[in-house]
Amino acid sequence: MLSVRNLTKIFTVGFFQRRTINAVDNVSFDLGKREMISLVGESGSGKTTTARMILRFIHQTSGKILFEGKNIWDFRDIEECKNYWRQVQGIFQDPYAPFNPMYKVDRVLYQVFNLYNDEPDSEQKDKIVEESLVAVGLRPKDILGKYSHQLSGGQRQRIMVARCYMLRPKLILADEPVSMVDASTRASVIRLFADLNEKYDTSVIFITHDLGLAYYTSGRILIMYKGRIVEEGETESMLEHPEHPYTKRLMKDVPLLYSKWRDI
Amino acid sequence: MSLLSAENLTAYYYASSGVVKAVDGVSLSLDDDEILGIAGESGCGKSTFANALMMNIHPPLRFVDGKIIVGDRDLTDMKKKEIRSSIWGLVISLIPQSALNALMPTKRTKDLITDVVKYHQKLKNEKIIGMAEKRFEELGLPADVLDMYPHELSGGMRQRVVIATSTLLNPKLLIADEPTSALDVSTQKQVLGMMVDLKRKDIIKSVIFITHDIAILRQIADRTAIMYAGKIIESGTTDNIIDNPLHPYTRGLIRAVITPEAEVKKRGISHIPGRPPDLLNPPAGCRFHPRCDRSIAICKQLEPDLIENEKGHLLACHNPYVHG
Repeated sequence: MLSVRNLTKIFTVGFFQRRTINAVDNVSFDLGKREMISLVGESGSGKTTTARMILRFIHQTSGKILFEGKNIWDFRDIEECKNYWRQVQGIFQDPYAPFNPMYKVDRVLYQVFNLYNDEPDSEQKDKIVEESLVAVGLRPKDILGKYSHQLSGGQRQRIMVARCYMLRPKLILADEPVSMVDASTRASVIRLFADLNEKYDTSVIFITHDLGLAYYTSGRILIMYKGRIVEEGETESMLEHPEHPYTKRLMKDVPLLYSKWRDI
Repeated sequence: MSLLSAENLTAYYYASSGVVKAVDGVSLSLDDDEILGIAGESGCGKSTFANALMMNIHPPLRFVDGKIIVGDRDLTDMKKKEIRSSIWGLVISLIPQSALNALMPTKRTKDLITDVVKYHQKLKNEKIIGMAEKRFEELGLPADVLDMYPHELSGGMRQRVVIATSTLLNPKLLIADEPTSALDVSTQKQVLGMMVDLKRKDIIKSVIFITHDIAILRQIADRTAIMYAGKIIESGTTDNIIDNPLHPYTRGLIRAVITPEAEVKKRGISHIPGRPPDLLNPPAGCRFHPRCDRSIAICKQLEPDLIENEKGHLLACHNPYVHG
């Protein structure tokens, strides 16, 4: 479904001393329908840049991204772009960022209708919004008419998933979706992605530094380090027998709940 | 022997909208040669507790009640000036949250260290730098870091500099508030290793480690206390708390932890419905009862006391799980 080929992004920084940074360096991978995978790396590894390119927010320096066989930069008009964004949605780390504090949170939900081919009438719109809020375990009366600061991080993050319920995208890119959600409610947000995956065959790419999240949710893990994918494979076998030195170090250094470090 | 003991420590924020009961009657004692972990979700009062423990209290936070016994003295009876000159940095040191950002960008590490030490003791610059050089060597930090500016240091190195500086005068107790939350896992392990090393080399006696990450506590803490809505609800040896949590909140919190290990997939992850209470107006009775699936009639009316359930294990719950 999604095919990323030799994707490279070079940023040029500095005014007097121009330097280039290979944020993403020759990254290739494929993703099938219904697949849940994780792109794991620490900050600065290029994982978020990769996600932003797949979401068509920034242009790659070289390489290409094919969605259902079509290069995403070959779209001819805005309709084709809208069609792409209807099928590929992003959810980001900071549950404050997508919300404009001046508007009620309803706006974030109703804006989704701009991506619909033919807009439903307002009665239908209300119904769709309410249904999707219920689907993510929120009570519409707790949410609609409120401003973003009146909601918790978990609620805000669920609203972003509710948007996905309205669109039923084929692919969700979730960039650190639970890192700012309270520990006690984290599991419920993770479950929402699994639900979408089961009900609507949505594929999910988790972009995260959290090996635990990757291990728990994904069938396949790609490890990114300094802009490159250094190891990829089926989750269980990779974490049990990591091969690349970076993956090995990561596995050795991540604190576990059920076993203790012997070398500290 | 007890190094520090807090009895019924209570500190509230007096805001215009009301009184936020951030630390509400917390009792705790810490022995020599011990790492105590305090875990809880954001907003449970753990950072406020860290500050209250060393009487670092500024409005709108106010000290309300309680005792903090260190040695033969009660910190709550001492004048602020006296605490500052004879306790902070010498007996208790605090590494506040995001201490990484506290380094002055225009000061070299050695200037920062001399400033900090001079605040507590009248010593000559050369003497202080000599002490710092010796300590850096002891802890395996490169000596040239002393001549560097903060922007030249990585996040992990900055945090290690902060820890080395705050323990330069060999305080008995180090309180560390989320010292590794902004670091990646490998750097985090180095910083944790350094804290264990400080204790092993007898530079400090004990550590209170505040975090939201229970997996870290498993690695370093001898004992763990779980905080919820301004109170400690369960405490015991770390292994016991993680393997056999008795309070429904502790159990929920531990089952929400996801780490890359087979046990986690086998166990599954669960969540606790609802959200932590507003401390302006906490629920009557047990503060956890509106979210608790084991709540019984008494939970709504009577606040459970933190009592010794079995040796070394304290619990505040009317209807706890039983072992097994």
